[in-house]
Amino acid sequence: MARIIVVTSGKGGVGKTTTSAAMAMGLAQRGHRTVVIDFDIGLRNLDLIMGCERRVVYDFVNVINEEVNLNQALIKDKRCENLFILPASQTRDKDALTLEGVERVLNELSETHDYIICDSPAGIERGAHLAMYFADDAIVVTNPEVSSVRDSDRMLGILASKSRRAENNQEPIREYLLLTRYSPQRVKLGEMLSVDDVQEILSLHLLGVIPESKAVLNASNSGNPVVLDEKSDAGQAYMDVVARYLGEEVPHRFVEEEKKGLFGRWFGGKS
Amino acid sequence: MNLMDYFRSSRSKSATIAKERLQILVAHERRAARHQPEYLPDLQRELLAVIRKYVHVDQSAITVNMEQDENREVLELNIVLPDEPQPRRRNSR
Repeated sequence: MARIIVVTSGKGGVGKTTTSAAMAMGLAQRGHRTVVIDFDIGLRNLDLIMGCERRVVYDFVNVINEEVNLNQALIKDKRCENLFILPASQTRDKDALTLEGVERVLNELSETHDYIICDSPAGIERGAHLAMYFADDAIVVTNPEVSSVRDSDRMLGILASKSRRAENNQEPIREYLLLTRYSPQRVKLGEMLSVDDVQEILSLHLLGVIPESKAVLNASNSGNPVVLDEKSDAGQAYMDVVARYLGEEVPHRFVEEEKKGLFGRWFGGKS
Repeated sequence: MNLMDYFRSSRSKSATIAKERLQILVAHERRAARHQPEYLPDLQRELLAVIRKYVHVDQSAITVNMEQDENREVLELNIVLPDEPQPRRRNSR
């Protein structure tokens, strides 16, 4: 039985796909058989972030429509043998996903994997609904910014009422907050909501804080999940997130402004 | 802390404003979306129609709320009547 994790947010552009890719790679690197599914039908991008865009032959919708079997559509990652990617369809209509179809695919994947990560599209339409419907855990990706926090709260309401667990009166989905694009400097200046502020508003368990980082764009430019950039702040922050998700107690890093030494203050540093 | 920081801190920080706005908004939207039964908007509309037969109140003068405790539900109905007593629309007899 696999654990199904949805990476969601409501708002677009906050880092869902970056997070899905990093979580998937991180879990796989730790030896868990992991598959990451792109639910953004018509606007697939996970393949690019994972660096496998030229290896896409069949997709999620082909599998739903039973045109091919699951193994024909799954892309095996070349960097990590435990990792598989199921890309979204690029051209089909957005009603291509069906509840029964998604359930069938998840059940089949569940037999052979430990974790299934569902990369949700933005919004609260069909794709987003189906991405979270079967979830056991939800990672709510939020930027420290008013519209993102509001949309996350809205998403929490939907997770609590419109999921399979909610409808069957089962134990509710475990919800985690992941704060991304965080800038401790701006928080210190009073220009950005702090981790505590966001947590207080959303009252969620904090899975991690990913700092605003150049490493994220560098990673997507090259098609390598940022967690592979072990020297970068964002990469390390995502590694911590994976460890915390797996139950390890890891202190939060990159939350406080980095103390620059005398040398750093003289010669500037990273932005 | 230099002089600039001093002036900055005396002004209201934008993050503080953001937090206050969000707290109000989120509390409001949670009440509206999460715990309210689906029939509430209809109930509100029909109550308003009945009340309007007797007193002239406008749409915003009536609020209907459902609050849940651990073991009971409270339906709260709040109607603001107009300040001046209005003539009854129909003469009773």
